[in-house]
Amino acid sequence: MSTPAAARPLAAAAAPRAGVVRRYGLWLVGAAVLVALPHVIRAGVAVPIMNQMGIAIVFALAFNMLFGQGGMLSFGHAVYFGLGGFLAAHALNLAVRNGLYLPVPLVPLVGGLGGLLFAALFGTFSTMRAGTVFAMISLGVAELMASSALIFDRFFGGEEGISTNRAKAPLLLGLQFTHDRQVYYLIAFWVFVAALAMYAFSRTPVGRMANAVRDNPERAEFVGYSQRWVRYVCFCASGFFAGIAGGLFAVNYEILNAENMGLGASGAVLFMAFIGGAGHFVGPIVGAIVYTFLQSMLSDYTSVWLLYLGLLFLTTVLFVPMGLVGVFMLHVPVWRSHRVGRLLGPYLLAALVGLVAVVGAIGLLEMIHFVVYADTTQMTKRLFWVTVPVRTVWPWLAFGALTVAGGLGLRWVAPRVVTAFAEASGLVSAR
Amino acid sequence: MGQIIFFSLLNGLVFGMLLFMLSSGLTLIFGMMGVLNFAHASFYMLGAYIAYTIGLKVGFWPGLVVAPLVVGVLGAAVERYGLRRVHRFGHIAELIFTFGLAIVIGEVVQLIWGRPAKSYDVPAALDFALFRVFGSSFPAYKGFMLLVSVVMFVFIFAILTRTRAGLIIQASLTHPGMVAMLGHNVPRVFMIVFGIGCGLAGLAGVIAGPVLGTFPGMAEVLGSVVFVVIVIGGLGSLGGAFVASLLIGILQTFAVALNVSVGNVLMALGVPASASASLHDMWKVTVAQVAPIMPYLLLILVLIVRPTGLFGTRET
Repeated sequence: MSTPAAARPLAAAAAPRAGVVRRYGLWLVGAAVLVALPHVIRAGVAVPIMNQMGIAIVFALAFNMLFGQGGMLSFGHAVYFGLGGFLAAHALNLAVRNGLYLPVPLVPLVGGLGGLLFAALFGTFSTMRAGTVFAMISLGVAELMASSALIFDRFFGGEEGISTNRAKAPLLLGLQFTHDRQVYYLIAFWVFVAALAMYAFSRTPVGRMANAVRDNPERAEFVGYSQRWVRYVCFCASGFFAGIAGGLFAVNYEILNAENMGLGASGAVLFMAFIGGAGHFVGPIVGAIVYTFLQSMLSDYTSVWLLYLGLLFLTTVLFVPMGLVGVFMLHVPVWRSHRVGRLLGPYLLAALVGLVAVVGAIGLLEMIHFVVYADTTQMTKRLFWVTVPVRTVWPWLAFGALTVAGGLGLRWVAPRVVTAFAEASGLVSAR
Repeated sequence: MGQIIFFSLLNGLVFGMLLFMLSSGLTLIFGMMGVLNFAHASFYMLGAYIAYTIGLKVGFWPGLVVAPLVVGVLGAAVERYGLRRVHRFGHIAELIFTFGLAIVIGEVVQLIWGRPAKSYDVPAALDFALFRVFGSSFPAYKGFMLLVSVVMFVFIFAILTRTRAGLIIQASLTHPGMVAMLGHNVPRVFMIVFGIGCGLAGLAGVIAGPVLGTFPGMAEVLGSVVFVVIVIGGLGSLGGAFVASLLIGILQTFAVALNVSVGNVLMALGVPASASASLHDMWKVTVAQVAPIMPYLLLILVLIVRPTGLFGTRET
């Protein structure tokens, strides 16, 4: 929603008039899209999914403040999301029962302050070091909180979690939040504000120093910044926004349990940031949308959706570590030099071959799942709009052949795609 | 009391040596390649499941030999075709790769073997009481676990300190560039060490499966504890991993055995019972309940006070 503006700070400064449109244009478009979305996509199931996406966007952006901008890989960022969420839920309950004046739109702020509080606390020792040690401490904190959740029943609500009721909270300006669509606008508002604030943070001196500390801590120290202090500030800010996401979660679902701050949730946000592209501000937004979409789509069709997401994640790490937005940005210069046409052929071929491999692999995995889990009296399974007799050998041969052919085809086509891209982007002169 | 202390010590020793089988491989891999293998415990789980499957066909003993070999080969393949590719993107990318791998292995295990726990049992030949003291018996299988892990420990130690291959591995730990200059194939050494480390984890899975249970969550149960062990022992230090394994093993078994609540302890120290409701949860917590938290508290404490761990010589 904003990267082109990030790419051209100097141009914007040189031409102030045009700069205003360039600088804020994308944000205005983003706001317009957020307002218009529920009116454009009218399907009943769409609004809850969009709410989920909004929460995921804030959380993924907060995570990327650490991971992408500060170079700190956290395996426990859901801790701040979850703690913020729990505090927000408790605050909402106080508002309902004890007459605390806390209208629903401000609940995410309580979550944010909760996330900030715990980030400020755990950050004191987490941010002493970067790299692998940071990752391990974050894992330790995550495990610590997961175990503590089993002990502190009153705060975490044990197995059933903490539930709340947003409908009974005091009103602000007469705003009611009984329908999903009303909650959507609340989430959209916070997504916009939080994204804008996080973008602004990345432009502040400390946000810039976070990049410097990530790339070369020693030189950052020579410039006069304490690398530890920079990391700490980033950590706190990131915890604050993760807490806002947690508060939004509490408002949207009206229930939280310990699983929301577990390793699974932390892994999911890493997945979002990475698959979208941690190197760009928009990356996590794209990643959050893609992840939420895939998760809600796949879980309707298959029970091994987490395996597919895991495989997709591994593929991304192995072959396209720059993520979706990173790949897109690679093609911008090619587009500018009007050479995209040369890529169409190889890309189409690769997509076709890849599709063959994916169909084959999905077929095999689904059939294995069928054999392990289905009733022994069941003989057939619907796969790709075809009724497949799983308990005979033929479908196994067919899907196996597709997988092997697709895999070999990918090996053959991959170097051609790379060469075509190198030629189109001018890295290698065309023959 | 004597009974509790004796059996807790013995069980702690068994658990500690089991932890060492995992942590030794993990710390060797880390020391050599700088890779923290998040999926290490997943290989432990694979070992248990593969041995269970072999056990269904031909019994426990062939599984004890074959399963670790299979897991070792799988591990070597992961290094060759996965990690080596990610290596150029740096250590964080490698960490992320192994994290994804752990998720995928966990899902694949559920896909192939199903979600319920498997009845992977102690072999009949070892299903008797080894001895009786203080009116309780000590199962022979735990003695066998201890034996296997001690033999493994001696074996690794001998290879590392007494053979030429061990010399090269030790040299690659600290001076990979120099070792490569001398004409050794360092990537291949890495692959072999990674494979052996995973094989050891697999062996630990084979012998622990019947006691600790063979279920899809078994990797997570042990995985994070093993991480704690290698950090406390000092990253890359085998001796440290050994001491920390025993320490954590004994600490956890003792904590589980003691059924005292925090309130009891404070009362014994002369602190009056708290009537405040907010502290109530804290008050009725027993030491056994705190047991799962302790390793992580210890981890954070060590990282704050002595980031190199007990015996480590370097920070990451």
